[in-house]
Amino acid sequence: MSSSLRHVSHAPTRPESTWRALLESAAVEVFEIMAGARLEPIVDCQDEPQGDRTAMVGMAGALCGMMTIRCSGESAAKLASRMLDGDAAENPTTACDALGELCNMVAGNFKSKVSILADRCMLSVPTVIRGEDYVMQPVNFNEALTLVLSFEGAPLWISLVIHV
Amino acid sequence: MKKLRVLIVDDSTVMRKIVERSLRQAGLELAEVREASNGAEALAEVQNNNLDLILSDINMPSMDGIEFLRALGGVEGAKGVPVVMITTEGSEARVVEALSVGAKGYIRKPFTPDQVKERVSSLLGGNS
Repeated sequence: MSSSLRHVSHAPTRPESTWRALLESAAVEVFEIMAGARLEPIVDCQDEPQGDRTAMVGMAGALCGMMTIRCSGESAAKLASRMLDGDAAENPTTACDALGELCNMVAGNFKSKVSILADRCMLSVPTVIRGEDYVMQPVNFNEALTLVLSFEGAPLWISLVIHV
Repeated sequence: MKKLRVLIVDDSTVMRKIVERSLRQAGLELAEVREASNGAEALAEVQNNNLDLILSDINMPSMDGIEFLRALGGVEGAKGVPVVMITTEGSEARVVEALSVGAKGYIRKPFTPDQVKERVSSLLGGNS
């Protein structure tokens, strides 16, 4: 654990009203810069998150929780292809690696936009799940901010799950 | 203009490729690009190669970028080799920690090739 977190209060951090817009801004910036991909919000999407690739990055400190990005394997491969200019995107391991890094950068970019988190929250290395027959079951009461964004016409779910 | 021998340290293969591509897009001439997926692997690379520049992630398994920087101080072949941290960490404290143990600069992910060029050029001066 970094020395920068040793004096962090463990008072729960609840999501603030501005966080949804900041999360969207963080995601749009990361996908634009690293993948040249323009994400568009999908409004009033009632679908549950779906897709057989889920990237996760844990967050600990002033905010405990997890950032996730869920999409289809096809979308993950397209993103990897954009990030690498087409190089090696057919490799499923590469596509998972790319999605994990995007999730990591969205989490980092989001926390840098929230002043109370920047120096008081650490990120884990990314993990990527392949497959969709699973349920995420946090052991503590939690709140979640979920955005549905369109990438090349396909939905992509970005969630910030917060343990409060 | 000297061609550079560079070590890129990141646990993500994708990020290592992107960093290398950014260096080339920035107009830097590369004689050789070595790769390592964590700090421990990077230390072995440093000992066996005559490097001009190291770019390292901070958050990595086994040995992270801060531990790597601390260990690098005791490696004879690493003396004077500039290290630039490339990290998702927006934390000023983590950046200050990296600079205090020997990093010469940092680049925050997401980054553009121009940002890489700016940081690296300012460190290498005439070599870039």
